[in-house]
This record gives sequence, structure tokens and C-alpha cells, in this order.
Amino acid sequence: MTALDIASAVAAGERSARSVVEEHLDRIADRERDICAFNHVMADEARAAAEGIDAAVARGDEVGPLAGVPVAVKDSLCTRGTPTTCSSRILEGWHPPYDATVVERLRAADAIIIGKTNLDEFCMGSSTEHSAFGPTRNPHDLTRVPGGSSGGSAAAVAAGFAPLALGSDTGGSVRQPAALCGVVGMKPTYGAVSRYGLIAFASSLDQIGPMAVSVADAAALYEVIAGLDPLDSTSLDPAVSGPTGRRCCDGVGEQERAAGVEGLRIGVVAELCGTGGPGSEAGVKGLAADVLARVDEAVSALETAGAVVEPVSVPSARLGLSAYYLIAPAEASSNLARYDGVRFGLRVAGDTTAEMNTNTRTAGFGAEVKRRIMLGTYALSAGYYDAFYGKALRVRTLMRRELAAAYERFDLLVCPTAPTTAFELGAKTADPLTMYFNDVCTVPSNLAGHPAISIPFGAGEDGLPVGVQLLGPTLAEVPAGRSALWRAAVVLEQSAADLTGAGPGR
Amino acid sequence: MSAAASALHEPALPADWELVVGLEVHVELTTATKLFCGCANRFGDEPNTNVCPTCLGLPGSLPVVNAKAVELAMRLGRALGCGVETSVFARKNYFYPDMPKNYQISQYDRPTNTAGRLELPDGSVVGIERAHIEEDTGKTTHMGFGGRIHDAVYSLVDYNRAGVPLVEIVSRPDITTTEAARAYVSELRAILVATGVSDARMQEGSMRVDANVSVRPTGTGELRTRCEIKNLNSLRSLGRAIAYEARRHVDLWTGGEQPRQQTRHWDETAGRTTAGRSKEEAEDYRYFPEPDLVPVLAPDAAVAAVDAAMPPLPAARRAALSAIGSIPAEAAALLVERGQDHLVSAAVRAGADPELIVTRVVNDLAVEDWSKVTGEGLAAVVAMESAGDLTATQAKQVLAELVASGGDPAAIARSRGFEALADDDLEVVVDRVIKAHPGEWSRFCTGDDADRKKMTGFLTGRVMRATRGRADGAAVSRLLVSNAG
Repeated sequence: MTALDIASAVAAGERSARSVVEEHLDRIADRERDICAFNHVMADEARAAAEGIDAAVARGDEVGPLAGVPVAVKDSLCTRGTPTTCSSRILEGWHPPYDATVVERLRAADAIIIGKTNLDEFCMGSSTEHSAFGPTRNPHDLTRVPGGSSGGSAAAVAAGFAPLALGSDTGGSVRQPAALCGVVGMKPTYGAVSRYGLIAFASSLDQIGPMAVSVADAAALYEVIAGLDPLDSTSLDPAVSGPTGRRCCDGVGEQERAAGVEGLRIGVVAELCGTGGPGSEAGVKGLAADVLARVDEAVSALETAGAVVEPVSVPSARLGLSAYYLIAPAEASSNLARYDGVRFGLRVAGDTTAEMNTNTRTAGFGAEVKRRIMLGTYALSAGYYDAFYGKALRVRTLMRRELAAAYERFDLLVCPTAPTTAFELGAKTADPLTMYFNDVCTVPSNLAGHPAISIPFGAGEDGLPVGVQLLGPTLAEVPAGRSALWRAAVVLEQSAADLTGAGPGR
Repeated sequence: MSAAASALHEPALPADWELVVGLEVHVELTTATKLFCGCANRFGDEPNTNVCPTCLGLPGSLPVVNAKAVELAMRLGRALGCGVETSVFARKNYFYPDMPKNYQISQYDRPTNTAGRLELPDGSVVGIERAHIEEDTGKTTHMGFGGRIHDAVYSLVDYNRAGVPLVEIVSRPDITTTEAARAYVSELRAILVATGVSDARMQEGSMRVDANVSVRPTGTGELRTRCEIKNLNSLRSLGRAIAYEARRHVDLWTGGEQPRQQTRHWDETAGRTTAGRSKEEAEDYRYFPEPDLVPVLAPDAAVAAVDAAMPPLPAARRAALSAIGSIPAEAAALLVERGQDHLVSAAVRAGADPELIVTRVVNDLAVEDWSKVTGEGLAAVVAMESAGDLTATQAKQVLAELVASGGDPAAIARSRGFEALADDDLEVVVDRVIKAHPGEWSRFCTGDDADRKKMTGFLTGRVMRATRGRADGAAVSRLLVSNAG
């Protein structure tokens, strides 16, 4: 059942929210021991919320658009009174005194938060193996990683623990795990969703995004969480700022499905679509052939559906990863300075305040977090700033310009989401650069602040899911469900279903 | 405080050396709420009561700029003749327990206010480099268990001050005397108060001064190694600290040594500066643009609105005062600083003598709240005093009641029975006092000057007691002298 199906059944009184919650808690009881998607399952809170919704339905009150739908929330999002750890020892035992704006909006929509999902510590990783509380496993193959950093959220959706999940995406952390777990994952335009209450990794890149079993569900969740927030100075009002000036809509309707992609101009990013196509000699190396084969099929499907498809070169796409791995750690080195043992979370005693700070951070942060704090501190240091951080900002500007030029010719761009299907646990932990390469196709959207969506499209040679990524310009995802980005996503979703003989969702 | 009195504590420089000072002044803005959150900006509350996730730097919290703080900063900038530009907040990264995020949100390469000037009352001009907005830190109190420095200690942090809006005004190194340094701070303070930007109280810490001090051979114009003296909290400390530090530099240079660039602290009791952190091991603040905030725009219309709403500045107000009568410069400065110049003008418009009014206001209205006193009321009191209807003592009492409860001065005088004694009646009382105190009277008549002065006080006191204060002191003196023949 999709999230929208659940919501309409609950609102109509055909299903109780309580039964929905029990069904999902049962699945969690069955498989969570093996998958480890959650840091914290909120069974009691979920049951109480469900009863509240059932009572409202019984009274005949109007209920929210996600009434009774269980949502798994990444543990980088603050939930009032519920442990929020970012999968770090340094925040173990911390109970935020407030809800993130997106959490408030979920509650207001009558969604049910079913648990806090595992992630790479402070969102730094692509496999969820950098969690201080142990890795999450891919529901499709327990020897494989779910991707990361929102690996717990992706696994929760893929395992049927919740039809919807929230992740956060700094360099691909929603889209890459969505691809590896075979679910839909979308990174909104920077500012479309408030970051208030999202524990910061790299503030200029972080965006919260929906993960779902279907494109329509993802659009519905996006619609609930998006919108201007006075608590986030960088937030936009998609309803006002959108290219159409129209308000967000109510999911993907039949009319929009019918509209399809007829006449849409879609560019195939040569640098990220590897072998064979024009311009591919300048492309990045290391994209798997089976993934690229699925992307080719997706491109054909779009063309068959009436889109005008052409290759496009975005030369800076080759530099994106390097720029990203300077900008993100630089901001992180500052964002993570507040974990000092003074006011909250872990404190390890020392003879002086400075010693206490050092002891706390030494014990509280994992190796990858320490590595990035050091990288970022170095990149911002006097004497190195221009060579590293400054140059990375110039690459960012270059990439914005090149993408803006591409969007003068194209409505959307297409490329893989991740270079490979899900890899085995431990395969990449010894070499950080190999791990960082996972983000090569996703970081351009973060650097540009643009929206992008990963749609499951068939499987690799190992039978594991492949994700195809659609990229759009600023606010291309507005209005939710109807804009070019969503329409193309729906076409891909349908083509994938036709190819494999399975329908979207469950 | 006169320049001469202060100079006694300020070692002078040899004539071939010149002082070079640039001042960095931090002022707290008078906003109702903090710079990046909705918590109250209030001094003196219970510790850690005005706090929230944002000013405590809790994970996930975000700053939002207080528009009023920006407006006040722009107002100050325009009052200092600065260019007001689109500005960008930046993070200044360093660890300190009273700084919740371990970075301070400040402005770096794009401050709100650039390149201005401050004219001192003597007409000289000090250039303003910039005046930028930043957030304050919390306040740490170090608690010791024993008297010894090695005993275990702990620290308490109050975050009420964390996130309070500050503007830092950075002068150019144009100041070459301690007098000018003090005049600069006084004038800046007057501007801050006049524009309502800050209450600028040095004692409460809402105005804090750091001085960058160096010396150079007179007339060379060069800039030598400077030391920064932190947190000077009075004008007296400012002058003394600068003078001490300059002398120390001259001694080092003339002894063949070179001062080290460092932060120093002023010890008021010992009267000297001591070394703090050396700048050679200085922190690298790793400034970068604050990604949680967007640039603060300064469109022409906003700057024009700030200009249009600009209240009269202290220099103009002093000039307006001196235009209405011969008023000493110090009195004019004091009246403007207290905001009582409008009262004086109103009283003069109501017909009072400017000099008498100024004396009365300077001496008798040094109070926190004088809002009930009107120009007309003040003029009436002074008029009654000039006409001899009130003695000086009585006038003070009437004024005190005006301050406390307002009202009509004539009615107050009547209700208190203040009608000056007729001269005939006063003569009778004086005669009686002389007869009652023959010893004192004889010392008054035959003693030396000191004796005579002392006895005048004694006898006048007796007359005042007998008349319950209604006698005019000057008239009593006259009668005593004439009786002594």
C-alpha cells in the first residue's frame, strides 16, 4: 500500500491508523534485528499518535493529508523529547527541547513518526557504516550496504517499515541510498524545505528530502514539508517563488500522468554517463557498465514517451567532487565546534576546560568525522584558504554557470544516481577516497542548490537496484507532482514497472 | 574631570616621541530582543533565563537576523558619516566555553558601515574604519574553592548575554593624545545615547573599549608594532592605560628593544599593563561567510529612511545651546549627554535667564528620571529665586518636589510656606542670634580669615534653624558684616 492509499483509507475510516502502525511495527519486529535501520523505534509514541488520529476520524474531524501514515525520520532531525543522536557518541542521551520544522509539519499533517533512523555519523559517509551504533544493512541483500548517509531511512522504506521517510542530502545522502535500496529519493531546491532542526553538516549544501516507495508518495511528502519558515533565513516560499507562481498541488494526478514528457527537452550529462556517448572521453572514470546500461534504457524510455533527448556537456561535473570535499568539510569543521562537552551531550573530564574539550571530542567523534574536521580546518586556515576553500567556491560558481547554460537548452538533465549498485559491507571503509567517489553524480545538484530525484530503474548484474537521476533547475520540483521533474519521474517509474512487470509501490 | 587632574596619573612622553592610538569600541544595542533569536536582551536578569536553542547553540538551531539591530547599526553608521553597504555575516571560529557555538557570528570583509569620521568637540577628526554588527558571548564567572590559585576551580556561565547584538566601531589610528582618546570615547558615547543606539554604560559593560597603542618618532607618520589593551572600563582607565603603555614602548625602543605585538590587560590598582596572549601564537579565526544567513541589503531607500529619521546629533545640540546664551562648553556637553538640553531651551523660551537655568539643571537635576520637570516649571522656579521670593535652599526643595511629582512651582512654594522673610524680620533674628552666642560673635569680629569663615557658617546655621530655612544665606552674611561694623 502506498502512503497516499493509507492516508485516504484512514481519512475515510476504512482503516484505523492504529492497525496501520501495528502492521508496520510487526514488520519492524520481524526484520529490524537484521537490518538495523533504526536508532530508536518510537512504538509507544506512534501508537498514541495513531489513537489520536483514529479518535479524530471517529469524531468526524478533518484530518491531515498524511493521516495515519508511518514516517521514518533520519536521526539528524530534532524530535522534541526523543533521543536525537546523529549516530554519534557525542550526542548520546541528548533529548532536544524542540522539534525540527519538518517534524512539526509532519505532525500537523497527521503523519506518524515511527522511529529515528540510522545514518553515517553527522551524515558523513555513503554507506551508513560510519554510524557509532553499527551499520544498517541493505534489505535486498544483508551483506550489502544500504548507501548513506540516509541509509537507515532508505532501508526502512525498502523493508516496508514505513512507506515514507525523511532523509537529508548534503552531497547525495538521500538519492544515493534511495538508489541502492530501490526507493524514490528526492533532494529539493536549496531553501525549499526549512533546515531548522536539522543538525548541520554543511549548511550551504544540506537539504531535507523525501524518500518513498513511489514518486507520487514522494511528491506528497515533499508538499507537506516544503515552504517558507521564518526560523530559517535561507528558506524560500516555493508557492511564491516557483517558476509558475502556482501553489503546490496535491500529489500526482491522472491528468499529470497523461501529460507525460511529450516535448520536454532532456539533456544527458556526458561527463556522468560514462562509456560510449559523445563527450564521454572527458567523463569521470569508475561508473559501472550495468548502471550506465540502465541509464541508457531510461533515456530511451523518455525518448519513447516523447521527450527530446540530446547529450550535453557539463565540464565542471568532473571537478564537483573535489570542490564538494573542501566546502562541506570546511563548513562542518565550524558546525561541529559546538560539540565541546560544555552544554549538552557527552562530557569526558579533564584538568582544564581545553583538556575537557579535547577529551570529549576525542572520545565522542568517530574517525571519519575527525578526518573531515581536520580537512575542513586545514582548508580554511590562513595561507591555505585561497588555494583550497576559495578555489572550491570558484568551482561552485563555475558549476552554477554551466548548469544555468545547460538549462537554457534543456528542461531537465539525466545521469546515474550512484556509480554502482550496493557494495558489500567493509568494501570501501579502508579507503576514504573510494567511498567519496559514491557522490560523484549527486554533488553537482548540492553545489548548485538545484533539485534532483533518484528513481529506481531496474537492476544491475547482481540483481540489486539501480537508480536513475533527474536533475532540474531551481524550483523545478514546484508545483509538486505536476512540474517537469515529477512528470519525467513518473514516466521513468512507469517504464521501470513495465520493464520488470511490477507496479510502483507495494 | 579636568585634563590637568588626569594628567597627574599619566606619564608624559618625551617630546621626540608621539603616541599613536586606534580604538575598538564594542557597544550593546538597545534592541528588545537578541541579534539572532527572540530572547529578551536585558541586563541583570536571573542567569540563563533569557535563552533558547538558537542562543545556546543547540544542534539544529539557526540564526535569524533582528531587523531592529540592523536599523540601529545603520543609524550609528550614518551618524558617523559612514557608507552603508550590503553586508555579509561571517563566522569567526575559536573555542571558548562562554561562546555557545564556538564561533562568533560577526562581519568580516563586508561590514554594514565603512569609512566614516568622528569630529571631536575641539574640531579635530578621527577616521572611522568600520562599524560592524556581531553577537556578544555569554559571561563566565570563575569560582574558586580555596584562596590559592592551584586549588580546584569551576566556572559558571550565564548565557543571557550570548547573542546580544553588538556593534564594534573601529577607529583609524588617528589619535595622538590621551585627551583625544578620552574625547573620542565621550563623543562616541554621546552620539550613541543621542541616537538611541546604545545606552553605552561603561560600568555595566554595555560599552567596552580596547585600545591599540604604539609610538613613533614625532612627525614620521610611521606605524610601529602595536599592543592591544583589552576591556578598559572607564575614561580614567583608558587615559592611564594608554599613557603607561606608550611610555613602556618608548622605553623599549630607546633601550634598543622592540615591543612584541600582543594583547595586554590593564591593572587599575597596580597602574600598569600586563602581557596576555602573544599574537605570534595568535589564533587563526578561519573566517568564512556564514552559510545560515543571507546578505543584509542596504538599498538606497532604507539608508534614506535612516537619514530622515536621524535625531539631532550632540555637536548640533551643543551648538544650539551655545546659541541661546553664554554657556560653558563643559556644561553644554553635560546637558547634551544627559539629554537635558531640550529642557534648558524650553525654559529659556519660557523667559528664564540661560545662565541661571544651566546652573540649576547642571547642579540640581543630576537624577535618573526628570521626566516630570517641564521647561515652564523650571523657568518659574528660577524666576521666583531671582525675584527673591525663594532662597537658594528653597528653590532646591521646590525643584526636588517637581522631580518627584511635578506640579506648579508657585503652588508647591505656597504649600511649604516658602515666603522669604522680609529684611526687617531677618534683622531681628540675626540680632537675637548674635546676643545668644557672644563667644562666637567675638571670634567673628576679631578672628583671622579662617575663624571668620567658620563663625559665619555657625551663625548662619543658627539663623537658618531659627527661620526654618526661610532666610536667604547671602542676606544673612550681609547683616553679619554690617553688625560687626
